[in-house]
Amino acid sequence: MKKIGKQTISLNNSPVITGWFSIVGPKEGEGPLNKYFDVVLEDSVFGEASWEKAESKLIQTSVEGAISKAGLSINDIDYIFAGDLLNQCTSSCFGLRALNISFFGIYGACSTMAESMLLSSVFVDGEYGENIVAATSSHFCSAERQFRFPLEYGGTRPETSQRTVTGSGAVVISKKGNGPKIKRVTPGKIVDLGIKDANNMGAAMAPAAADTLIAFLDDTGEDINSYDMILTGDLGKIGSDLLKEIILRNGYKTDKLYDCGLLIFDLESQDAHSGGSGCGCSASVLSGYIMQNLISKRIRKMLFIATGALMSPTTTQQGENIPGIAHLIEITCD
Amino acid sequence: MKKITTAQYKEMLDNITPGSSFLLKSLRAFLIGGAICMIAQFICNYLIGLNLSQNDASTFTSIIMILISAVLTGLNVYGKIAKFAGAGTLVPITGFANAVVSPAMEFKTEGYILGLGAKMFIIAGPVIVYGVLTSVICGFLLLIFRTVIG
Repeated sequence: MKKIGKQTISLNNSPVITGWFSIVGPKEGEGPLNKYFDVVLEDSVFGEASWEKAESKLIQTSVEGAISKAGLSINDIDYIFAGDLLNQCTSSCFGLRALNISFFGIYGACSTMAESMLLSSVFVDGEYGENIVAATSSHFCSAERQFRFPLEYGGTRPETSQRTVTGSGAVVISKKGNGPKIKRVTPGKIVDLGIKDANNMGAAMAPAAADTLIAFLDDTGEDINSYDMILTGDLGKIGSDLLKEIILRNGYKTDKLYDCGLLIFDLESQDAHSGGSGCGCSASVLSGYIMQNLISKRIRKMLFIATGALMSPTTTQQGENIPGIAHLIEITCD
Repeated sequence: MKKITTAQYKEMLDNITPGSSFLLKSLRAFLIGGAICMIAQFICNYLIGLNLSQNDASTFTSIIMILISAVLTGLNVYGKIAKFAGAGTLVPITGFANAVVSPAMEFKTEGYILGLGAKMFIIAGPVIVYGVLTSVICGFLLLIFRTVIG
């Protein structure tokens, strides 16, 4: 049995991350992680006629880049697991249609990077494929028009709101090869603690992150302080503070909590309010900054917990709560 | 995870969420909103100086302010002023123009009919609907008031 405890899966063959690629927009490129991204765009429209087309090109570029950096060709890839924030997974479907690889479109809001990596590594571990790509993307401008207001509309944002990252990240997960290994994964549950404010998604997702993290620790008996880094997806400032508070109430104390949404922007000088969000946030931070730290062994053992707010403009207008979800991946370098 | 009720979570959230500085925002809105109205008044006075009637001058002033706002929206300047001013740029007629021009620009990619045409009033539409409704109600109240007072 590869399942341990209530929720966790042990990957006995330890799939390897053999390739990774990150691409971001100009604003993300001005942030503190600038030198870790493979490509920083000069113009977020990326030479395309619409924001959706630009986002599709982002994910296509990152997938092709990751495959090439793994030293593989398109024909070596068995499957792709990918998704994004747009209705009907627009950018994944349209960005990857030319690649001619078996495709699974998935939706986990901003938790999609962890979800796609989780499914890819389970597939590789089960020997259903040798090399599988996990990818996701988001674009500030395509997300704004779907979820909020037109770009030039003179509205203001509250301090609790987060900024959707323009970016994409992709990783190749292989049966053999050199690179960081995925040891265990924990698929998260949908957690709803009654948050209704679409301008405070960090608060909506924090309980889900805590729930998945605590489930993993309970299932495996691991010590929270044995990790060099516990990296959440995009809780932002308020969500990260809430996560710290919730796990403390459950008896866990650690100073190793980091958040992709806080790493990608300098909140003060870049006017990013509570931090970055969107699928591309955790994807580009993981496939850039984090992978380079894993390779150089500055991080040897970490948990990656991407978080998603499972809302749509329709449910918000109908007064529904915003449920959260978080999936966990344990990555080690030995 | 230990159970947290929604009420307990709300309390945790309220303790963490930073308060918004109401006074500073009001001051900014007052300054920029006031400045917009002052510019309009200058234009209006200038037009009256050109021998236009008060009514005509007011109409032309509105047209000029709407034009300025539409152009500034197109140049991505209005949004930047609005970020500082908040309600100061939202309330005057320039805010209304911005609310019409910005979706027209945004949804042009879906075509001139179902994109630009259909989405143009996505923000301003409700303002028009409830603006007209409120005028009708006020009209009725005035009618009743006048009838009663005689």
